Amino acid sequence: MEHYISLFVKAVFVENMALAFFLGMCTFLAISKKIQTAIGLGVAVIVVLAITVPVNNLIYGLLLKEGALTWISPDFATVDLSFLGLLTYIGVIAAMVQILEMVLDKYVPSLYNALGVFLPLITVNCAIMGAVLFMVERDYTFGESAVYGVGAGLGWALAITALAGIREKLKYSDVPAGLQGLGITFMTVGLMSLGFMSFSGVSL
Amino acid sequence: MGLRSMLDSLAPKFEKGGKFEKMYPLYEAVDTGLYSPPNVTNNTAHVRDGIDLKRIMITVWLCTFPAMFFGMYNIGLQANEALAAGAGTAIEGWREMLIALLGGSAHNAASIWDNFVFGAAYFLPVYAVTFIVGGFWEVLFATIRRHEVNEGFFVTSVLFALTLPPSIPLWQVALGISFGVVIGKEIFGGTGKNFLNPALTGRAFLFFAYPANMSGNAVWTAADGFSGATALSNAAEGGVQSIIDNGVSWMDAFIGTIQGSMGETSTLAIFIGGAVLLVMGIASARIVAGVMIGMVATTLLLNAVGSDTNPMFALPWYWHLVLGGFAFGMIFMATDPVSASMTNKGKWFFGALIGFMVVMIRVVNPAFPEGMMLAILFANLFAPLIDHFVVQANIKRRTARVSQ
Repeated sequence: MEHYISLFVKAVFVENMALAFFLGMCTFLAISKKIQTAIGLGVAVIVVLAITVPVNNLIYGLLLKEGALTWISPDFATVDLSFLGLLTYIGVIAAMVQILEMVLDKYVPSLYNALGVFLPLITVNCAIMGAVLFMVERDYTFGESAVYGVGAGLGWALAITALAGIREKLKYSDVPAGLQGLGITFMTVGLMSLGFMSFSGVSL
Repeated sequence: MGLRSMLDSLAPKFEKGGKFEKMYPLYEAVDTGLYSPPNVTNNTAHVRDGIDLKRIMITVWLCTFPAMFFGMYNIGLQANEALAAGAGTAIEGWREMLIALLGGSAHNAASIWDNFVFGAAYFLPVYAVTFIVGGFWEVLFATIRRHEVNEGFFVTSVLFALTLPPSIPLWQVALGISFGVVIGKEIFGGTGKNFLNPALTGRAFLFFAYPANMSGNAVWTAADGFSGATALSNAAEGGVQSIIDNGVSWMDAFIGTIQGSMGETSTLAIFIGGAVLLVMGIASARIVAGVMIGMVATTLLLNAVGSDTNPMFALPWYWHLVLGGFAFGMIFMATDPVSASMTNKGKWFFGALIGFMVVMIRVVNPAFPEGMMLAILFANLFAPLIDHFVVQANIKRRTARVSQ
C-alpha cells in the first residue's frame, strides 16, 4: 500500500508531466485561458490516462513483450512483438479519446464546445503517450500502472488549473507588446516550473 | 524659496513637451518621495487616508531594520569566533581594509563594534549592489514603459539582500536581482502585476544556478576555509540532539547567534519588525496565522507518524519556528500583498499551504535542508486559484440566498 502511495505522490508532484517533463505543452498552453475549461480538460486527461495506461499495460504484458505469448502456446516463447508498441498504444489512445468525445458530446455539451478541436487532439497529447512509454520503460505491474496513470493525469490537471488561475490574474497586468499572448505564457510556465522544483530530489 | 519651489520650477522641463520628457518617471519619483502627491480623486465617493503605497513600502523597509542590524552583528560574531578559534583565516582584500579603517581589525568576537563593523563590510556592499543594479532595471523599465518608479523596489531589494549568505560574490548578487526584478516583475508590467515574489524569484534563480555559493556548509561564515553547517543541516543529520551537540540551544536560535543567511537568523529581531507590521495592518495577520497553523499541524502530524531513519520527523514545531528562514519568510515574504491570495478566506488557505509545504520539504526532501523559499514560491502559484474558488463559493452562497 505504501508503495502505491509513494508512486502516486511521485507521479503527481515529483515527476509532474507538465512542469517537470514539459509534456503535453500544446494543449497546456492553448486551453489555459479560463479556469473552468482548464478543469474540464484536466478531468478529460485524467480519465484518458487512467484508462489507457493500464489497458496498454495489459496489451504490453500479455501480447507484445518478448515471451508474452507463452500463455497461448509455449512455442511462442521467442516471439517479440514489441516493435508494434507505438502503433498499438496510439491506437488504444485514439479509441479512448473517441469514446470520451462521444460521451462529452452527449452529456456535457458545454464542455464539449469549449474544448473544441483540442479534445480530439488529446490523442496526440504527448503527456498521454509519454505516460504510456514511461510505464513500459519502468516495467510497471498492472496495479502500478493504474496508480501511475491516475497520478500523472492528476498532476497534469493540477498544473493546467494553476496556470489558468495565474493567466486569469495576468489579464490585469501590463505585459510589453512583444511578449503578449504566448510569449508571457511560456515565461509563466518556466517560473511555475521553478516553484515545482521544491519536489526535485524527493526520493520515495 | 525652498525645495518645493525648486521642484516646481523644474517640473515643466519634465512634463509633456518638455526637454526631458522621457525622464519624467525619475522626476516623479523624487518629487513624490519628498512630498505627498498633489493629485486627488475628482469623482465622488472616495476615502481620505494618509497611507499610500509609498508609506506602506517604507514601513516594511523600516521593519526589516532590526533583522538587518542584528544580521550584521551576527555575521561579524560568527566570523570572528571562527577566526579566534583558528578554524579559518580572514579573507584579505578591500573588505578587510575597510574593516581595519573602521577599527575592527582586532577581530575580537567579544566586542560588539568589531562584530558590527565586520558584518557591515559584508552586508552593505551586497545591499548596495542589489540597490544599484535593481534600481537601474526599475528606472529603465519605468522610463521606457512610462510607469512610475515604484517604492516596492525598496522592499524587494532589502528582502533579497537579507536572504543571501554573507560570502556570496557580488556579481552573483547583481545577476540574481536582475533576474528577480526583470523576469519576476517587470515583464508582467511592474509592481502589483506579477504573480511570484520578485525577491524570492531572484534568490531561487541563484539557488539553482550557483548552488555552491548558495548552500552547503562553507558559505555561511565569512572566513576562508571555515566550514560550519546551519542548524537545519545539523537537524537533518541527528535531530534536536545534533543541534544541541553543536553548541546551539533553542534560545541561541531564537535570538539568532547561529549560522544562516544574513538577515534570517534572528527570530526575535524579525518578530519585533513583524509586530509593527501586524499592528499597523500592513502584513496580513491571516496569512501569518495560516502559516503558523499549517506548520504546527504538519509538524505534529509528522511527529506522530515518526520514522526510524529520518530524524527530521521528530523535530518539534518550536524548533522549526526558530531555524532557517521560517520566521523571515512568514513575516516578510508570505505576506507580500501582490503574490499572496487576495480574499480573506483565501489567505488562511494560502498561509496553511506554505506552512504545510515548508515542513514537508524540510523533512521529506533530502535535497534541500531549507524549504521556506520554495514553499512560498509554490504557494504563490496556487494563490490565484485559491482566490478563484473562494469567490466562486461566495457567488454560489449568495445566489442561493437570493433565490430563496
